Amino acid sequence: MKKIFVTAIAGLMAAGPVMADLVFPSLSYRTGPYAAGGIPFADGYADYFTLLNERDGGIGGVAVSVPECETGYNTEKGVECYESTKGAGALVYQPLSTGITYQLIPKTTADDIPMHTMGYGRTSAANGDVFSHTFNYPGTYWNGASGGINYLLEINGGDIKGKKVALVYHNSAYGKEPIRTLEELQKKHGFELSLLPVDHPGQEQKSQWLQIRREKPDYVMMWGWGVMNQVAIQEAANIRFPMENFIGIWWSGAEHDVLPAGDKANGYKALTFHNVGRDFPVFADIQKYVVDAGKAAGAGDQVGNVLYNRGLYAAMLAAEAAKTAQEIHGTADITASQMRDGMEALSITEEKMTALGMPNFGPSFDVSCMNHGGPGLVGVTQWDAASKTWSMISDFKATDMEVIGALIAEDSGAYASENNIASSCK
Amino acid sequence: MFYREAGDFKTSYSADNQTFPIKFDRVGYIVVMLIAFLVIPFIINDYWANAIFLPFLIYAIAALGLNILVGYCGQVSLGTGGFMAVGAYACYKLMTSFPDINIFFHVIIAGGITGLVCVVFGLPSLRIKGFYLAVATLAAQFFLVWLFNRVAWFYNYSASGQINAPERTVFGIEVTGPNTEAWATYLFCLVFLVASALIARNLTRGMAGRKWMAIRDMDIAAEIIGVNPLKAKISAFAVSGFFVGISGALFFSVYLGAVEVGEAFGINKSFLVLFMIIIGGLGSIFGSFAGAAFLVLLPVVLKVVGVDMLGWPTDIVAHLQLVIVGGLIIMFLILEPHGLAQLWRVTKQKLRLWPFPH
Repeated sequence: MKKIFVTAIAGLMAAGPVMADLVFPSLSYRTGPYAAGGIPFADGYADYFTLLNERDGGIGGVAVSVPECETGYNTEKGVECYESTKGAGALVYQPLSTGITYQLIPKTTADDIPMHTMGYGRTSAANGDVFSHTFNYPGTYWNGASGGINYLLEINGGDIKGKKVALVYHNSAYGKEPIRTLEELQKKHGFELSLLPVDHPGQEQKSQWLQIRREKPDYVMMWGWGVMNQVAIQEAANIRFPMENFIGIWWSGAEHDVLPAGDKANGYKALTFHNVGRDFPVFADIQKYVVDAGKAAGAGDQVGNVLYNRGLYAAMLAAEAAKTAQEIHGTADITASQMRDGMEALSITEEKMTALGMPNFGPSFDVSCMNHGGPGLVGVTQWDAASKTWSMISDFKATDMEVIGALIAEDSGAYASENNIASSCK
Repeated sequence: MFYREAGDFKTSYSADNQTFPIKFDRVGYIVVMLIAFLVIPFIINDYWANAIFLPFLIYAIAALGLNILVGYCGQVSLGTGGFMAVGAYACYKLMTSFPDINIFFHVIIAGGITGLVCVVFGLPSLRIKGFYLAVATLAAQFFLVWLFNRVAWFYNYSASGQINAPERTVFGIEVTGPNTEAWATYLFCLVFLVASALIARNLTRGMAGRKWMAIRDMDIAAEIIGVNPLKAKISAFAVSGFFVGISGALFFSVYLGAVEVGEAFGINKSFLVLFMIIIGGLGSIFGSFAGAAFLVLLPVVLKVVGVDMLGWPTDIVAHLQLVIVGGLIIMFLILEPHGLAQLWRVTKQKLRLWPFPH
């Protein structure tokens, strides 16, 4: 029985994936409870590379291929996807899942392939001295937590002593990530933090929101993803919680999260590390070379959504890192190891982004060996239910690196001693 | 022609009761073992190990364990995911608390701990049966996942609640951690699977197995002929928990390396293993293997055919897979309630007469 299967598979595997020059695998999820967030990101990621292929003939003259592998936000499938694509010469992995990230951090390091976990994953990977192959620029969860608190400080005139802040979070590695930072900030600024975990997948939140109604916190922050966001916003509307006091992390602030609650979601806020909307020259090119040419990924209806922009931004950063790697090593056909060098030497400036048709799309920053986390600048967006648009209400601002830096040093130090990792920066 | 009892004389009671009474099967068994131990380790690579062999070997152990409880003893359990989590977390705590002891023993002790936990949750089975027991084990599933999420001691107070397998070696060769060789992890799991299968086979054809089956078939009648239901049911829970715990420990330490309890050991895992034994065949050792192989390979085959060969969108293939697995389960329940193992049995019966069936 087993032998028959094995021979059958062997026959199939012989016809394996198509080899291309520069391979950027997309570990996407277009199915399951997190698909609503996975689809626009995967579309944006694929569309940007399609644009580079169609308009510029690839990166540095070498064509790009984006093999897609469905993970369903499931770590086992993520491992299978990683193993099946790494042989094709994968340059960088972006799993868009904190669970899969934890899985892949040691594996990618052992295989010498970089991983970019933009605004998710393990925050302490910002310490490049320990996590040589993991990058999380331009911002991390802890920047997000601090950015959210900074915003509250800003609108309260710098004092939130005694204010009650509730954190509604996905009860997983992802949702637990900001707790440490918020606890430190709580000591520093004297607000009261209460924690409300929501179990996967997050459709059942009645008791959490009843508790919020009882305790009446001044502000609610949310670390949610997938269907959990929509349910939370709906529940908040049901208990008439003032939406302008409800702030989500950047994974809880897309169109599909707020639309189900209709007008009641008006005023909901979310953090962000890149710009929103489609008011950028690059979208004209995408319309011309990708959408109108019928080459858009997926259904092609996500262009300009928050998470589509994020996928686009992730692809742009990856492409720029590949260009940097090509310059450093003087070869157009780079390897994963050279790509890692490119990511570490990446420098994003306003001129560069303007030249790419994405002026002020994200912050300017430089990556270095010691700092894989970028500057950690956090902006705030707000939802307008009438015009159905997100808009930036607070520009990218610095976060409390004093608190975050100490936490990063502590957590990455523990990881280094647990796994006997030597310092990788000279 | 080759597949027959005729001419294969047995002169002792033990020869008469051996697992493979037909010579062809005995040879086939030895050949499979030789290939598994001496050929595959030399040709295996990372993809084959991590995408196909490790999940197959580990799920086969879990299916063996669940099959003893559900297939042989008739006690429906929906707590497999939770019990696998017990194995994983026990293994993690042992690995980090006693780094000098070999991982091999940690896995076995983790299995033992799971056996004990399983016994505790099996106690209600003495009073409640059928669907009600299923609900009680379902409670175990949710309680255990909640426990491992809630009590920080289990994950050594790490900020994210994830557990990560540190690097451990057997005979100086790494079997956990990121720098493992594919053949080492494969052989490590294979040894556990072969040992588990041998133990399970010999338990189920001995006195213990007969008691379990008596309880399964009619508990009142079994009690009247002198089977102690307390001992039979509790021993089934203990043995089942032991195997499920071993599979959970391997699943975490060797296969995934980093685990988050709600995601890796949720209710889906319980159903997956239950489907494996339903499709494979309840009350059959071979069925546990067949079911695990089937449900591990099916998604991979569908993906390779649909995405890599036909170039279909990944989401369509993922949805198709759900439809196909669902359809297959319904089909099996209607057409062949005894699963793949029964198909195999029928094939063997026909082979005995081939090529002259009349």
